[in-house]
Amino acid sequence: MSSEAAVAPDAEGEGGVTGPEAATAADWRRLDRRTVLVNALVTAGVAAGAAVPTTLGLSGRFGFGHAVAWVLAGAIVLIGCAAAGDYVRWRRTRYRIGAERVELHTGLLLVKKRSLARTRIRSVDLTAHLLQRVLGLVSVRIGTGEHSGNESTLELDPVPRSEGERLRLELLERAAGDTPGTHREGELAALDPRWIRYAPVSFVAPALGGAAAGAVMQVSDWFGAQGQVIDWIGDRFRDTSLLAMIVILAAAAVVAGVVGALGLWVEMWWSYRLEREPGGTLRIRRGLLTSRSVSIEERRLRGVDLVEPLGIRLCGAARVDAITTGLAKDDEEQHGDHNTLLPAAPRPVADKVAADVLRETTSPTGAPLTGHPLAARGRRLRRAFWAVTAPVLVLALLGVLLTPVLFWIAFACAVVGLPVGVFLARDAYRGLGHAISGDYLVVRSGTVRRSTAALERAGVIGWTVRQTYFQRRSGVLSLTATTAAGAGAYTAYDADASEGLDFASEAVPGLLEPFLERTPPAR
Amino acid sequence: MTTGERTVRLRPPNNTLDPRAVGWWRAQWLLLTAVPVVVLAVLGAFIEPARFWLLLPAAILAVLGIGCAVLFPLWWFRTHRWEVTDEAVYVRTGVIRQEWRIAPMSRIQTVDTVRGPLEQLYRLATVTVTTASSKGAVRIEGLGHELAAELAERLTRITQETPGDAT
Repeated sequence: MSSEAAVAPDAEGEGGVTGPEAATAADWRRLDRRTVLVNALVTAGVAAGAAVPTTLGLSGRFGFGHAVAWVLAGAIVLIGCAAAGDYVRWRRTRYRIGAERVELHTGLLLVKKRSLARTRIRSVDLTAHLLQRVLGLVSVRIGTGEHSGNESTLELDPVPRSEGERLRLELLERAAGDTPGTHREGELAALDPRWIRYAPVSFVAPALGGAAAGAVMQVSDWFGAQGQVIDWIGDRFRDTSLLAMIVILAAAAVVAGVVGALGLWVEMWWSYRLEREPGGTLRIRRGLLTSRSVSIEERRLRGVDLVEPLGIRLCGAARVDAITTGLAKDDEEQHGDHNTLLPAAPRPVADKVAADVLRETTSPTGAPLTGHPLAARGRRLRRAFWAVTAPVLVLALLGVLLTPVLFWIAFACAVVGLPVGVFLARDAYRGLGHAISGDYLVVRSGTVRRSTAALERAGVIGWTVRQTYFQRRSGVLSLTATTAAGAGAYTAYDADASEGLDFASEAVPGLLEPFLERTPPAR
Repeated sequence: MTTGERTVRLRPPNNTLDPRAVGWWRAQWLLLTAVPVVVLAVLGAFIEPARFWLLLPAAILAVLGIGCAVLFPLWWFRTHRWEVTDEAVYVRTGVIRQEWRIAPMSRIQTVDTVRGPLEQLYRLATVTVTTASSKGAVRIEGLGHELAAELAERLTRITQETPGDAT
């Protein structure tokens, strides 16, 4: 398989593309030719999906036979265009793994040349969707993880699986064994199918439920049948009250959301494995239909972030994210759990994996934290109060002016909103904390998405201290440790002013100390 | 760590900005208010029936803008301070929401000097020091031209001499 992609397969093709690089043409490689097939098939799938409604729509006007003919012709043109376009792309794309640099040339009219220094490469990620897997292909993303936008990643889409694996090993292999080998290599975590119970309580479920309801309406609208659908639903509930109808419909949406969340979880996390490879690389493999492989160099790891979204936290589970420099960050993968080391799993498992990943005996994320002063709770309660009260007041005012219905809605919002706000505020306050645990500084915050970040102290590259007028009056401040990794900044919100500065100064010796004034105890 | 009564706080950085910064901030305030005021005034001059309701907000805005232009820059000048030691860059900004930023020399990646058109008029410059963190940039706005150039040069020299891979 790999021989097919290695070295330009046909000489005349090479002659068409080369310019000054002709001398080293032998090193240049092509993507896999079957990309054209993959692309044609994907387009065919899309065309088939679009063809059914189009045919139905057209058959009303032209008769069934004509409609089928037109749609078929359109589909063939579409597929042909896609295949031809991809063929040209394939012809014009070449890459080379040199001793110093990795280069990619692509583009039809404007030849785009991109090259990455091999020493700067931080990640080589492999993905393969179903079709690619059937054909034994993978897409390879090579990233340096610099904050210079698109220039820092290079995508080879697709190459044969063996070639992808070879690239991964070759590009990430360097200075094997330079990390202290005290911790175990091999598998650090593998999927436990029972973790699926955390899928329905994540925020994915309600989102998918809403999306399902929206999709039913949208699709029926396309066919001009929205009114019929609503009538049909109305008919089902002719004998029941409005309230029962709302409850049943909401339940249906929830069920759809839960099913969707379960399905998504299976697709995302099936055959998940977290391994440590010799040479200090963490590798995550997962995916049912689309298989993904993400490699993280441990040298680039600056800590871990234990993330507990509300629902998952109530079930006693947590997710582990890596705080690392140089993970490919782009729109496509923004939502794709790219840096997730462990999906939502029971808290002890999460702590253990975090400790294993960091080569510690106990996870710093489990360290006892210093709480924040009561003023922080007051601030959260006030914030919750105003967040609920402001819209309620506006509604109430409108209600007085316009119609009493709005007034009652405002009342209901206040009755529901205030307890929820108070609960969340108190919960947020309980979550606040910071500590120094060994080589790590730990900060925790958040209620809807609680995050306990353990950041390597040596990875802190600056401090930002913020204090608003109100914080100043309550004697608290927010400390932000900036870092090159992960989100770029991790904050301890509303820490006690004195104690917080002490903590920051101790966490990174020498950095803050020259700028601090210590006044001895009064009296 | 801490005993109840002992207090720790950040000391103010040593240096103030260039006094010309006050004028620069005032010019910014005035420009900011001039745009809507002029638009409203011109509209008011041409639209007879709504004249009062156009000129009134214009007058209020103008008064507010001039008031802010007089007061805020003086206040800012007192609170905005900066300092560069051999180990770190230390900047304090903000009035209502104070912010102290510290970036160690060993982690500095780039030092930029920018002079906007208005800054050039006042012979001022902004020095931006970036680190590898996407959120850790330190800006010193409103330095004198010569001082900014000197500072940028000094920072570049120190960062080159300081070992470290900046991440």
